[in-house]
Amino acid sequence: MLARVVSFSLARAPSIGARGQAAIRVTGTCSSVLPGRKFHSFPDAKLGLSEEQLMLQETAAKFAEERMLPKAEEWDRAEHFPVDVLREAAELGFGGIYVRDDVGGSGLTRLDAAVIFEALSGACVSTTAYISIHNMCCGLIDVFGTEAQRQHFLPGLTSMKRFASYCLTEPGSGSDAASLMTKAVRDGDHFVLNGSKAFISGGGDSDVYLIMVRTGDNSPKGISCVLVERGTPGLSFGKKEKKLGWNSQPTRAVILEDCRVPVANLIGKEGEGFKIAMKALDGGRVNIAACSLGAAQKCTELTSSYVKQRKQFGKPLGQNQSLQFKLADMATSIYASRLMVRDAARLLDAQDPAATAHCAMAKLFACDAAWKVCDDALQMHGGYGYLKDFPIERYLRDVRVHRILEGTDAVMRMIISRNILKD
Amino acid sequence: MSSGYRVMVGVKRVVDFAVKIRVRPDKLGVETAGVKQAMNPFDEIAVEEAIRLREKGHAAEVVAVSMGPTVCQETLRTALAMGADRAIHVETTKELQPLAVAKLFEKLALKEKADLVVLGKQAIDDDSNVTGQMLAGLLRWPQATFLSKLSVSGDKTALEAVREVDGGLQTLHVPLPAVVSCDLRLNEPRFATLPNIMKAKKKPIDKQTPESLGVDVTPRLQTVSVDEPPPRKAGVKLETVQDLVDNLKKGGMI
Repeated sequence: MLARVVSFSLARAPSIGARGQAAIRVTGTCSSVLPGRKFHSFPDAKLGLSEEQLMLQETAAKFAEERMLPKAEEWDRAEHFPVDVLREAAELGFGGIYVRDDVGGSGLTRLDAAVIFEALSGACVSTTAYISIHNMCCGLIDVFGTEAQRQHFLPGLTSMKRFASYCLTEPGSGSDAASLMTKAVRDGDHFVLNGSKAFISGGGDSDVYLIMVRTGDNSPKGISCVLVERGTPGLSFGKKEKKLGWNSQPTRAVILEDCRVPVANLIGKEGEGFKIAMKALDGGRVNIAACSLGAAQKCTELTSSYVKQRKQFGKPLGQNQSLQFKLADMATSIYASRLMVRDAARLLDAQDPAATAHCAMAKLFACDAAWKVCDDALQMHGGYGYLKDFPIERYLRDVRVHRILEGTDAVMRMIISRNILKD
Repeated sequence: MSSGYRVMVGVKRVVDFAVKIRVRPDKLGVETAGVKQAMNPFDEIAVEEAIRLREKGHAAEVVAVSMGPTVCQETLRTALAMGADRAIHVETTKELQPLAVAKLFEKLALKEKADLVVLGKQAIDDDSNVTGQMLAGLLRWPQATFLSKLSVSGDKTALEAVREVDGGLQTLHVPLPAVVSCDLRLNEPRFATLPNIMKAKKKPIDKQTPESLGVDVTPRLQTVSVDEPPPRKAGVKLETVQDLVDNLKKGGMI
């Protein structure tokens, strides 16, 4: 049977949709810089991954390139929290990567999460870091929450219909986290919370706050973890902080003034809060280190392209041995960082007792290394590296804070040395 | 055909579009060793369209098909992760040219009782743009190529297909069974979600070979040489408009 012509029109074909621009995709956000198409990527993030992990990585990388990279510069400049793109990420399963799948999680491993965050981070470190914090909160509820709490809170969180924030740091307690002073006093079937938390990622925009509070004595065992929902009377927020980087996520103080929270919102047992907070941070550190890794890899790729194009003294910059050696050092430190991050993730997945110390080493190494790599990358771009027209300076600004939050380099050394000096 | 079609989709593993390609030293092709490969972009669009037909309730099953060496299974897993129900791998290490591929699809379409075969309009490695057309010829089924829009007729026995042609847009009424090929503007392929990637592991991939399907895939075309395009030469700067007009006349352009 033949096909029959129904109509023929000279109507103009509709314009190519975003994805249809496959053949003319522009990576990078600057119209005057088109990074060269690459024959391969080095050091290769695909090495050592299983077939499934390669597919996870591919999905994350595609999503990052198409949905995050084109907007990253604008989000940073306008300090815009990209709720719509975050929810798209959640639709793909990025909202609760290692949360069990009966509540909307993806049921994957910490290693899978590290691979995913590294891939996403190449597009936008700040947004990926927020996604990782959200994941850390969901993971916390998944592991330490009751069945009722899991079923009540996680479906909304894994889909990112609602956002979560992790509240440990206070104006008076950063590295000395266990000295926190936010108090929770039992009153019937409520806790009454008083105090404040500082530097809370997502603060003011998030719907769910996991707050570490003092329910007992002044020791770490006197701390509990309580879930407080936005809108609860007595919960308010400070001004939005102006930061060097991480501008696509709002950072605010969280203020509690006679805030009454149902006892049913206690996560884990009373007195377990500090242990819960630290366990969550082990994974958080792997995640942040993975974010640093993605930025370092991206900056190295951008630099490699740049030094092949830019000529001075009659030849491309890339023909200067000093820069070749610098690039070699950058690649080597990325390779080392990647191995540490993935190995620490594996130890977490295996619930190895040594995991905490190795997560600390991975975080310490990878975050410091990434800062240096991004700084060297900027230097090799010369004056252009200092302009906002080029994405390098944004990666540098974003990774700077990774050396501080989720445990400073000093706190990492405290954890590590404690382990060396153990009997 | 009642609703509940079986849709067969062809997916080809090609060099990733973003890779900077190089000609092989023997000048008989493009270097593929160690180079990033991916599903042909037009085939992603084909898979997406097939899945949408199932989601709208027209298709009952989407079967992804790929042909070539073992590594084609990666491409099939991607199709399964996007939502295809099952897959068929026609395994061979021999070079496959469009006519051979069309013959293999003919056998599979009849064997699997497909109601619709959806292909990408062309593969980005050889840009042949003939497989769908030849397949329709072999099956003696109607074809609608370069699709920019696809819908199902009211009585579900045919498709309404809008094609992008040189003069504009052409709408065809296409009775099923049929062969269609997809163009860029047909849809935006979905990302494979994490849960679907994990589910794809459990979906079946059946194995066939050209021998088991009774097809001789011996190539009939021989590539003589492959060269890079000549490097761009510098242009000539002209001083006046008169110079420009003279040069255009000399070059036979006006």
